[in-house]
Amino acid sequence: MQLIADHIAHAYGPLPVLDDISFTVGPGEVVAIVGPSGCGKSTLLRILGGLEKPQAGRALVAGAPPAASLNPLTFVFQDFALLPWRTVEGNVRLVLEGHGLSQAVVAETIRDVLARTGLTDFARAYPKQLSGGMRQRVGIARALAARPAVLLMDEPLSALDAQTRELLMDDLVELVSGEGSAEALGMVYVTHNLDEAVRLADRILVLSRRPGRVRETVTVAGDRRARRSDDPELVRRARELWELIRADAAEADRELADVETING
Amino acid sequence: MADVAHDLRPAATADNRPVTFRGGLFLPRTHRLVGFAALVALILLWQAASSFGWMSPVLAPSPGEVIDALKRMALSGELATHLSASLVRLAGGFAIGGTAGIAFGMAIGLSSLVRSPGATLVAALFPIPKIALLPLFILWFGIGESSKVATIAFGTFFPMVIATYGAVDNVDRSLVRMGRSFGLSSFAIISKIILPGALPGILSGMRIASSIGIVLLIAAEMIGANEGVGAMVLAAGNLMQSDRLLAGVVVLSLLGLTVAGVIGAVEKRLLAWR
Repeated sequence: MQLIADHIAHAYGPLPVLDDISFTVGPGEVVAIVGPSGCGKSTLLRILGGLEKPQAGRALVAGAPPAASLNPLTFVFQDFALLPWRTVEGNVRLVLEGHGLSQAVVAETIRDVLARTGLTDFARAYPKQLSGGMRQRVGIARALAARPAVLLMDEPLSALDAQTRELLMDDLVELVSGEGSAEALGMVYVTHNLDEAVRLADRILVLSRRPGRVRETVTVAGDRRARRSDDPELVRRARELWELIRADAAEADRELADVETING
Repeated sequence: MADVAHDLRPAATADNRPVTFRGGLFLPRTHRLVGFAALVALILLWQAASSFGWMSPVLAPSPGEVIDALKRMALSGELATHLSASLVRLAGGFAIGGTAGIAFGMAIGLSSLVRSPGATLVAALFPIPKIALLPLFILWFGIGESSKVATIAFGTFFPMVIATYGAVDNVDRSLVRMGRSFGLSSFAIISKIILPGALPGILSGMRIASSIGIVLLIAAEMIGANEGVGAMVLAAGNLMQSDRLLAGVVVLSLLGLTVAGVIGAVEKRLLAWR
């Protein structure tokens, strides 16, 4: 299944935040979206996931979702958004409830996604008993349980420390480095972190400062499993990206207070 | 050139002294024994004051006399009659007021359409002393049980509305957004995210509402009842039976403690995740 941003534009009241954004993400593809603060990255993700209506343009899907997909477009949130009163297992179970699945299928799905995210031993733990990295693993396990076609990742590692980020990045690389079949997972990855973008993405959309427009699309070639954070080539690409957005980021920083006031 | 040794061990000199510890104030600690001891000390002081004649036995009987009165009332069955009448009224009123309050508070918290008129009505009616409405309820429902139950229901309704509305409003919006993003139905979001998320606030509201319910129960029983702890206390006061009067006060104190204990046990069970 493909997710298509078709000339999307949006504004909050008189404040334009996105302008004419178009791109496509297909199975096994990772598109990272970077740009200065307030350029509309998270708004774009919410529009793509159907949580917000754009003022112009459309978010479209083409093709069939994976078999038995419960939620083809699935979010992974920066703040994890876990139910504190449910265990790890219960949080994953939440997205399987109400779909008429048999107990055996639910149990098998939970077992599978917890194993894939290294959480098998923590199934009975409550979120507050877990580290930030483990909580985000629960967020990813919950997302995988819904068998998505495209994962919509909203700065999923930004609340984590550097070491945990590195470990989880390895896991994300494995997650999206399947065989490239029609059922492979696609990903839209919103981030401030340019190192994460070059490590994970096939294409990086660089947005301008508000209103966010696609200023440049940067392609990152090569097997992402072979990429290393300290690879000089990746470091160079990240620096190039930073040079692209540096001036905008400085300007956006000055404007950010106004945007946050309007957004409430 | 010789290496400079960086010895990180403390250099012991006669001038060494420990850093003053400044982290111990205002730390939360449980002092259950101290609380119990304070209660015992107060009772002993009261008993001493009575025994040494510092207090008039008519106006303030000793703890022993109060306990004797309580025993007599328990053995005669009088206590059970009054207490059961009070409990039925309190349970009925609290069940009606609490349930309606939670439902209305949820509606105000969830629907902007209900919120505008609902919040205004609650703000206008909440400050009314509910016992002032008892005569009106007697006119509407008669002098029997219904008017007393209605007073308690009306009195417990408003704190439950306010607590539930506040609790729903405080549920982490990111959790609701998560539910929407996974395509959960509105019913599922309410029952699996909003209600459990609001439960701590709702249970806190129950503590306040139950206390208000007991106050209204006693007031209503003093105004228009032959049975009930409130009626018993009023009758004892009229007859200058201060031992029976204070026995009734002790029963009320125990009733309040029991209700708070039940709500505490429910909190402990349902909010274990905290």
